[in-house]
Amino acid sequence: MSTNANNINTGIIRSQFPILQRMVKDKPLVYLDNAATTQKPQAVIDALVSYYTTCNANIHRGIHTLAEEATAAFEATRDAAQVFINAPSREEVIFTKGTTEGINLVAATWGRKEISAGDEIIISAMEHHSNIVPWQVLCEEKGAQLKVIPVNEIGELDMEVFHQLLSEKTKLVAVVHVSNALGTINPVKEIITAAHAAGAKVLIDGAQSAPHLDIDVQALDCDFFVCSAHKLYGPTGVGVLYGKKAILEAMPVFQGGGEMISEVTFEKTTYNELPYKYEAGTPNIADVIAFKAALDFIAVTGKQNIAQHEQVLLEAATRQLEEIDGLHIIGRAKNKASVISFVIDGVHPQDIGILLDNQGIALRTGHHCTQPLMACFGIPGTSRASFAVYNTLEETEKLTAGLRKAIKMLL
Amino acid sequence: MSTGKTIQETEQEIVEAFSLFDSWDDKYEYIIDLGKRLPVLDAVHKTDANKVRGCQSAVWLVASYEDGLVHFKADSDAMIVKGLVSMLITVLSGHTPDEILGAKLGFMEEIGMMKHLAQTRSNGLLAMVKQMKHFALAFKMKNQLNHDGN
Ligand SMILES: Cc1ncc(COP(=O)(O)O)c(C=O)c1O
Repeated sequence: MSTNANNINTGIIRSQFPILQRMVKDKPLVYLDNAATTQKPQAVIDALVSYYTTCNANIHRGIHTLAEEATAAFEATRDAAQVFINAPSREEVIFTKGTTEGINLVAATWGRKEISAGDEIIISAMEHHSNIVPWQVLCEEKGAQLKVIPVNEIGELDMEVFHQLLSEKTKLVAVVHVSNALGTINPVKEIITAAHAAGAKVLIDGAQSAPHLDIDVQALDCDFFVCSAHKLYGPTGVGVLYGKKAILEAMPVFQGGGEMISEVTFEKTTYNELPYKYEAGTPNIADVIAFKAALDFIAVTGKQNIAQHEQVLLEAATRQLEEIDGLHIIGRAKNKASVISFVIDGVHPQDIGILLDNQGIALRTGHHCTQPLMACFGIPGTSRASFAVYNTLEETEKLTAGLRKAIKMLL
Repeated sequence: MSTGKTIQETEQEIVEAFSLFDSWDDKYEYIIDLGKRLPVLDAVHKTDANKVRGCQSAVWLVASYEDGLVHFKADSDAMIVKGLVSMLITVLSGHTPDEILGAKLGFMEEIGMMKHLAQTRSNGLLAMVKQMKHFALAFKMKNQLNHDGN
């Protein structure tokens, strides 16, 4: 079970993920839907159980022991998340429900205040619906315009057009760091530098980059960065929104309630300081606490090692899939994370999904919440395999064999 | 399409056919084969209006009513779905609206299809059944109206 091409011993890694032991349709599970969500190591599961068994309490409010322990654990995750994205300060790390909520928070606060009629927001043709719809809604409300960076035939952003789209009207550029449907790693540093030169702010959708790339929001100099814990070996229902302090301080509040206030009278409420200003109500305490175990898992394993291992899998799978007659890989960018989308002549992705599931192999089929991108390629959807640190070369071979078998049945 | 068999008899035949397979590979092979043999639907029928909602893949369903019997034709761009539609057509086509409306279609459970398909896809299958029953109901109402009018 181990691959020796790098520093990852998949045998040891896999033993930490109990779900990988299970059978699906009487066959060992081959989980290749990691871009949708990753599996969770035992440490994350234990942290959830431990929180409820030993220190369940509401945080930031009580002075009793449980409340203090829970608060400390909750805030320890903030510190770990700060290190994870290299944010300058812990106040700039805001917990959300996930990437989607992070983007909506920025649209509803910064966007409501800063965007007005005639302004322009630039997104790209490869955005997830989460990074399209909030901006569409905002543009409609404000009479602003949404501009779209096109994607070329190999699935890279057309940077020439991007530079042409930028103007003094541009107030925000919101782009995906790594495409969930194609795997393309976008040149976000170049985008950020150019956008800032034009006076625009930049939001990076890091849902797919955070699991695979080293994230350094200071080196990137992005104004906002959002990601989801559940794609990072962590629990569902937790995400991180990073924003530059000066911007976060000037933004209006998102939701009103407990936690986010400093003082409330019926005449006026003063708001709490960062990051609590944006964390109204009792947060998702248990999952935030357990998220730290996921971040620790990544830190101990090493982002570089994870990325290297995934690249080995990506290259092997690409080589193997290319040999299948009639199979076309969609998204052939020079810089790719471990996502392979493909279509097969005369075969519907849904049939591939069903027949591979019958072999215990979990793939994603469909439009991957990127319908406009699928339209660019003139296809309704693809089949997608996406790899994580616990996947093996043996599994890429099972994928290839599974596909060959399915195609033989269908054609 | 009218073979003189009741809906339940056709269902029973399918259940028996499936009981001969011992692996899901064989069952899928059989379903795919049914899909391949389903007569192609004329392109003019592949309109948005004829699409069944709730299916992940495109499924087109058309119905006609002749001498008191409902006949279905369908197509899909996905092969397994096409095979499943083919089974539903074999079971329901050529029957009266009342027979179709009263059909329990227990065979889908019995052959294990509902359990085997992921939730989202079995929802699509249910959407298909619902649409077929809608057609039957519409024909029944129309028929009654015509009779009332006479
Ligand atoms: C690129 C990208 N953006 C945003 C999202 C939305 O993330 P979530 O559903 O965790 O809010 C996803 C998840 O699929 C994604 O892949």
